[in-house]
Amino acid sequence: MNRIPSALAVAMAISLAAAVVAAENLMSIQIKKGQLRTTPSFLGKIVAELNYADQVAVLEKKDAWLKVRTPAKNIAGWLHASALTSKKIILKPGASDVAQAASSDEVALAGKGFSEQVEREFKSRNPQLDYAWIIQMERMVVSQEQMEQFLKDGKLAPEGGIR
Amino acid sequence: MKPVHTSDCSNSIISIGLVLFIMTAALLTGCESMDTVAQIGTAVGVATGTIGPSQAESIQKSAKAVARSFQDFTPEQEYYIGRTVGAVIVNKYKPYHNPAANRYINLLGQSLARASDLPETFGGYHFLILDSDEINAFAASGGFIFITRGLLRCCRDEDAAAAVLAHEIGHIQSRHGLQAIKKSRITSALTTLAVEGTKTFSGQDLAELVSTFEGSIADITTTLINNGYSREFEQQADRAAVTILQRVGYDPNGLVEMLNIMRERLRPGGLDFAKTHPSPVRRMTEIGKIIGPYRAMAKPDVRQQRFSEYLGGI
Repeated sequence: MNRIPSALAVAMAISLAAAVVAAENLMSIQIKKGQLRTTPSFLGKIVAELNYADQVAVLEKKDAWLKVRTPAKNIAGWLHASALTSKKIILKPGASDVAQAASSDEVALAGKGFSEQVEREFKSRNPQLDYAWIIQMERMVVSQEQMEQFLKDGKLAPEGGIR
Repeated sequence: MKPVHTSDCSNSIISIGLVLFIMTAALLTGCESMDTVAQIGTAVGVATGTIGPSQAESIQKSAKAVARSFQDFTPEQEYYIGRTVGAVIVNKYKPYHNPAANRYINLLGQSLARASDLPETFGGYHFLILDSDEINAFAASGGFIFITRGLLRCCRDEDAAAAVLAHEIGHIQSRHGLQAIKKSRITSALTTLAVEGTKTFSGQDLAELVSTFEGSIADITTTLINNGYSREFEQQADRAAVTILQRVGYDPNGLVEMLNIMRERLRPGGLDFAKTHPSPVRRMTEIGKIIGPYRAMAKPDVRQQRFSEYLGGI
């Protein structure tokens, strides 16, 4: 076999793949934990859990739901659009990231602005303010099974109105 | 070497002056013309040799941040605002120590939130009953929702309780809390963020940011507790409530029933919904325009049983 055409083919394949990657619509998880589901509904089975700032490639859109694929593990599933942003989220931003974020709508910074650090500083200025019940509230989490049972028992919409 | 230092020093004083000029101009002229002001200001600075090109670039970038609004807060920042607003509320109104009732409110509220237009927030939706006879409820940014016993006593069934929670979810979904923050503070928060990367301001920046945070929390809590939102925001929350209720399968007439009881119980001059919300009659009229005249509701037994079990003795 002639080596040159095959090298050319490989090069073409690589550049084509690069173009496909570039054309992919990437989005980031903008909430603490995002769940990928088998169907575009909160009743869909959870197939993977994603973290804040994880990037995903958008494959398909249906109403307010997006089918995405995780580049890292190559798992596909559905997420509600409110869990995603088109911005790239930088977890530990340096000075140059801050400058970039200030002039660009494509980048968001984690832990900057009104953040955990600002809350800590605020608490030291206002030591009388008790956060114990806020922490307690955050522990009040209802599981998917409990929610489904609650809706079913209450003769509420079979899909729970959950789109 | 010495003359160079002196010159550096005077240059930096002039550049600080220019930065102050630009920031003041921003406050005086408003956000839209800010880019132009910054360009003119920095152009003068560069031309007179008082600002280096990289400093000029950083100031113009800050100016871009100045032109932004509450929508530029990330869900993470919204969450941290909500946590502190919530802490202020739960320190003023004490929590109701009834795990079963609070669990029921969370089952109901979290199921409703999933049917809203903003089902996913940074830290999720969480609900807490407040041990107060006032007729009141508060939605802190990002999903922390508080309802008083007094307000829950205006509910005779699950559909009505669902309506109360759905109205608060409506405020969260439209990000009304963030819109109570004074524009100058939003400008200041996002500007500080923009210049934070430059080496000159770091420690002072954090202090400024915390002060801006403090001010923002005060703006929101004052609105929630004392002044109330605009009539337009309240109508928006009622409309959102009707939609959410219908999506889940509750009867929006529950909202009308609840308002009708509230109408009898609100005392004129009261420091609760009497002060912060449009009158129940006005709200009932507006809701009637969407769902038509009031119709008595069917009340499935299971729903009525669990409502009585958890909230009957509230």
